[in-house]
Amino acid sequence: MTKDECKQVVLDIIADIAPDEDLSNVKPDVRLRDQLQLDSMDFLDIVMELRKRHGIEVPEAEYMQLASLDSCAEYLTPKFNALAAKG
Amino acid sequence: MKSYQPSRIVITGVGLTAPNGNSLPEFRRNLLDGVAGVERIDVRYMGQQLAGVCHYDPLKYQKKKEVRVGTRAGSIAIYCAREALADSKVAFDSMAKDRVGIYIGCTEHGNVETENEVFNISKFNYDTKFWSHYHNPRTVANNPAGETSLNLGITGPAYTIGAACAAGNLGLIHASQMLRLGEVDFAICGGVSESIHTFGIFAGFKSQNALATHEDPKKASRPFDKARNGIVISEGGCLYTLERLEDALARGAKIYGEIAGYHVNSDASDYVLPNPVRQAECVQFALRRAGLAASDIHIVNTHATATPLGDIQECEAIRSVFGTGCPDTHINNTKSFIGHAMGAAGALELAGNLPSFDDLTVHASINVDELDPACAIPGLVLNHPRQVAKVDTILNNSFGMLGINSTLIVRRFVP
Repeated sequence: MTKDECKQVVLDIIADIAPDEDLSNVKPDVRLRDQLQLDSMDFLDIVMELRKRHGIEVPEAEYMQLASLDSCAEYLTPKFNALAAKG
Repeated sequence: MKSYQPSRIVITGVGLTAPNGNSLPEFRRNLLDGVAGVERIDVRYMGQQLAGVCHYDPLKYQKKKEVRVGTRAGSIAIYCAREALADSKVAFDSMAKDRVGIYIGCTEHGNVETENEVFNISKFNYDTKFWSHYHNPRTVANNPAGETSLNLGITGPAYTIGAACAAGNLGLIHASQMLRLGEVDFAICGGVSESIHTFGIFAGFKSQNALATHEDPKKASRPFDKARNGIVISEGGCLYTLERLEDALARGAKIYGEIAGYHVNSDASDYVLPNPVRQAECVQFALRRAGLAASDIHIVNTHATATPLGDIQECEAIRSVFGTGCPDTHINNTKSFIGHAMGAAGALELAGNLPSFDDLTVHASINVDELDPACAIPGLVLNHPRQVAKVDTILNNSFGMLGINSTLIVRRFVP
């Protein structure tokens, strides 16, 4: 998985949990909370959907890694690829 | 010494969603035209069942995210509250939001979300790390009132009242008390139900042999009919705006009617079987509080749910109070159109009758092909609406499990 593909995975999740938001111009380097109406429960939703849909676990101490699309890609892409390598 | 005179409380707005209408005019028209609102739905684990389903547009007053995060009961409450406020024509934006109370009756709350979560984790080998973080805010008993306060920015007291199927009346009664105590200046109150979304309610009534079946869904809810065989479960909601009379008059509000009297009591005799002696006492106490005789009541809206025993018990209670000496008392039933809307029932059924003050028409109890002789009480309005000479008073009965009884009397407003 590329980092761009990883960003799309996160955007797909956000599209479901924040259906009123326009995601066409999300800036990858800006904190998601600074450009979208997302609260703490929404971030728990992102964590839950990563777990449900992709088997990815994000420990609570690492939630801050999900702050922006760029940081999501940095943090999650290796996890996706490690999971894929396991088969 | 001056004796205490409690404030007069009046109804100034109505917002509702019922299986056969999403506004009072639409609901009323269908009650007069004999249009029922029961259909088949798929219930988890149970397949096709009969139910009363509401078809309002949740996105009229909620964002998509609010609908996703919230509950069906919360959504129904928000719709009804917003509709009632609009109907009341109160200047809501400039109101002191900390002086507004929200009091919503519920039969039950939390079953829907708990069942959904158990079903959800069943797909993950019952691993509770897949249990939703929304479970607790969705299942707390105050959820529908809390969601309404969030949606409207109301910072006064907002809570629910658990009173089984008497809850809709209890919402109005409690709001009247809070207004009289001066706890709030404006109340949004009534009842809501999301019960068709929980298989447990269906399975529970089925286990009690109290779930209606019929090949024609619209004929399934048939209180007082000899062939009745149980309850049609429905969702719905009806919320009112209530105000002290002086406040309503000061702003030139339309007044639907005045809370004339009420009573709440308990059977203390059985978990589910009604007690006609206590029901009759409840009606008598409400009449006394209203300063009315039984013969002064022009419409009695029954609670009857179409269970074989329950209808007979209520008719026994009504017979003991109204007997044969009340020629101007007309008796009807709204569940025959919409099924049993549980915590919303009392509030919805009152609303369906309020327009009688204006059109002097009593809506019927439909689906009575052969009247059960045990339910043959004087004054029953069967199958076709009845034009009458006078409607100045409406008495609304709502009873619930664990033996809670409520009677609410509304009278035509006369300054």
